[in-house]
Amino acid sequence: MGTLWYCLVASMIVVYVLLDGFDLGAGAIHLIIAKTDDERRQVLASIGSVWDANEVWLIAAGGTLFFAFPVLYASGFSGFYLPLMMVLWLLILRGASIEFRNHVKSRVWDPFWDFLFSASSALLAVFFGAALGNVVRGVPLDGSGYFFEPLWTDFRLGDLTGILDWYTVLVGLLALIALVMHGALWVRLKTTGPVNDRAARIAGSAWWGTICLTALVTAITFRVQPQVKENLTTWPWGLVFPFLAVAGAAGVKFELAKRDERKAFYASCAYLMGMLTSVVFGIYPMVLPARDPVYSLTVVSAKAGTYGLRMGAIWWTLGMILAASYFSILYRSFAGKVGAEGSGYDHADEHTASH
Amino acid sequence: MEQALGVHRLHFAFTITFHYIFPQLTMGLALLILYLKTKALRTGDDHYNRAAQFWGRIFGINFAVGVVTGIPMEFQFGTNWAAFSRAAGSVIGQTLAMEGVFSFFLESSFLGLFLFGEKKLGRIGHWLAAFLVWLGSWLSGYLIVATNAWMQYPTAYRTGRHGEIELASFWGLVVNKWVLWQYAHTMLGAVQTGCFVMAAVGAFYLLTQRDEFYGRTFVKGGVLVGVIAACLQLFPTGDQQGKLITDHQPVTLAAMEGLFQTQSGAPITLIGQPNVPARKLDNPISVPGALSFLTYRRWAATVRGLDAFPEDQWPDMIPLLYYSYHVMVGLGTMFIAVMVLAALLLLRGKLYESRWMLWILMLCLPLPYIANTAGWFTAELGRQPWVIYGLLRTAHGASPRVSSGNAWFTLLGFMGMYSVLSILWLFLIYREIETGPEPGKQLHTESTVPVEAK
Repeated sequence: MGTLWYCLVASMIVVYVLLDGFDLGAGAIHLIIAKTDDERRQVLASIGSVWDANEVWLIAAGGTLFFAFPVLYASGFSGFYLPLMMVLWLLILRGASIEFRNHVKSRVWDPFWDFLFSASSALLAVFFGAALGNVVRGVPLDGSGYFFEPLWTDFRLGDLTGILDWYTVLVGLLALIALVMHGALWVRLKTTGPVNDRAARIAGSAWWGTICLTALVTAITFRVQPQVKENLTTWPWGLVFPFLAVAGAAGVKFELAKRDERKAFYASCAYLMGMLTSVVFGIYPMVLPARDPVYSLTVVSAKAGTYGLRMGAIWWTLGMILAASYFSILYRSFAGKVGAEGSGYDHADEHTASH
Repeated sequence: MEQALGVHRLHFAFTITFHYIFPQLTMGLALLILYLKTKALRTGDDHYNRAAQFWGRIFGINFAVGVVTGIPMEFQFGTNWAAFSRAAGSVIGQTLAMEGVFSFFLESSFLGLFLFGEKKLGRIGHWLAAFLVWLGSWLSGYLIVATNAWMQYPTAYRTGRHGEIELASFWGLVVNKWVLWQYAHTMLGAVQTGCFVMAAVGAFYLLTQRDEFYGRTFVKGGVLVGVIAACLQLFPTGDQQGKLITDHQPVTLAAMEGLFQTQSGAPITLIGQPNVPARKLDNPISVPGALSFLTYRRWAATVRGLDAFPEDQWPDMIPLLYYSYHVMVGLGTMFIAVMVLAALLLLRGKLYESRWMLWILMLCLPLPYIANTAGWFTAELGRQPWVIYGLLRTAHGASPRVSSGNAWFTLLGFMGMYSVLSILWLFLIYREIETGPEPGKQLHTESTVPVEAK
């Protein structure tokens, strides 16, 4: 039951990264991909009707984690207190920027929100990456089942760990560059004209950054978290996950060259999915590795009561079928490119009707 | 530790109080928008569609702020209340996870379609989108109230081998007497906020002699739905909540009423200040026997006062609890009076010309917010000193490793951020009301520069 829920929660997080990943990435490059107000409205229109629903995956994954692994929720959330609060602030600022920007047209109003939107999106990508880095590296859990990490200590992987050290910062940067690639591919898929051209160029450059950082981080991860190598030795079929990531990355390059916008975006999804599932596979059966392996939280020690998990499996399945159908309605309704005529997304009627 | 506890409590209280400003309006408005869309569908009058779009825009802004301030609520269970989450996560995690899975997906997907897809969806499709937004928001309310109800009245659980609380009956958690009454009472409060806001905007239009059709529609819709909600708020839902408190949290009842001594023929105090050290109410103005009657339906019944309970069971902020309760009940009574009066004028066809009544409706705008907030304060302060009534004390629920310094840091951060957010929110809502339901229409009071068509 614990393993099943580990996979279910992980799958929700993967979906979250694939979906909210593209709007975070689009946000991170908002200021360089779009120069004029019309272009910026185009970028916002490309995510405007879906970003909110995408973000729900984070909330739903958080809730599911809470009920399936209450011990992990308690330790992890209180231990990552400061960075989580900052993530919340960034989510607030970002949501406000997207919602408020198009209500007023003014030379001081729009640029302010554009900047805030872009900065908060980029920082969120880095924070999420660093959070993942922290989980992989392990946290200073002790016998009480709790820990507290300061934002940083000496930036080394010693006994006094902080949220930010050279390893987690590196993972954060990888997350940023990978989501920039992902977001640029999305914007390219949804737009026309100069924004589309710039998106292709940015995706191309980000691809190189992603490849270099992926190679570097992967090599270091084998040293930082020995469980990964152990799992791959025990269950060699697990190589399918890193292979998926490699295939996805190769696919992005290939489809970029072929100018197939849709397949390039899907390849990027495969890359992200491969990377995340590799981590999920790599740290199993731990759900939160400790610096001292004795205190690690596992799928057994952190899980909730069996009856509750069994009931949960029923409603969760039902809920996911419903959610999948809403998303297919939502994405189908807003399929195709957004209008080039800079229609703000709060007047999306015009551009959805125009194609 | 003791010091950190206070900060954690303030942290949660501040963020939830601010957050609940938004859902109470969106849950109420969702119903009223559905009312307007239904009218549009049945009459074929496009004015009602534009009225629904207007409220849709206001809904959208409130929903956005509600979402971004709502995410911190779920996170805080883990960040600030880790010991509580660890103990009870397998129970309350169920309802919280279900909220994300069943209502947020529904609400966020169809709100996007409702706001941006009217032409594409067609008349029936757009009505359906409004319906699903209403369903999603009301389901969300249910699951949150179910979570709170379990903390007030823990049921359907068993204690595991290591003392952890486990779910024993799914349906017992999701459907029980406490959650049903608390939900009805909470949602009626939200509907009242929606009604008072809609009526106030309508009254504003009528008093300033603009958008008369919409002004009348809003006042009428707000008053008609509002009068029903205001009455049901008191009876049966408020009355039944009171009974549940009497049966299951008698010490809370005593503290709410400021009843220090056990007595037969206990009075209800309308005004008076609790003097906890002296164990009495100062300057009381009371109705003799009324509390006995309301709780046990007998004028002479004995009601247990605070003296009947050990002091470590007393709610730890008796004065604030007492005032919250009295503010809630006082305002609720006033709402019935205002709404009944307005409804009578409406029935006699005089409401739109009665400027004094329109003034009252307009000025009532902030009051339901205060009443709902006071209601939640009553529920939460009344549950003290427990976080899960009778099972886990609030003092044992906070995160053991999060110091008061870190908690203050993030609390101040939220305070700053929410201050900015509320200024922006007021500014944007005011602009929407000023622009009105027909944004293209030129108002004679505005400048001669044409409104730019986006």
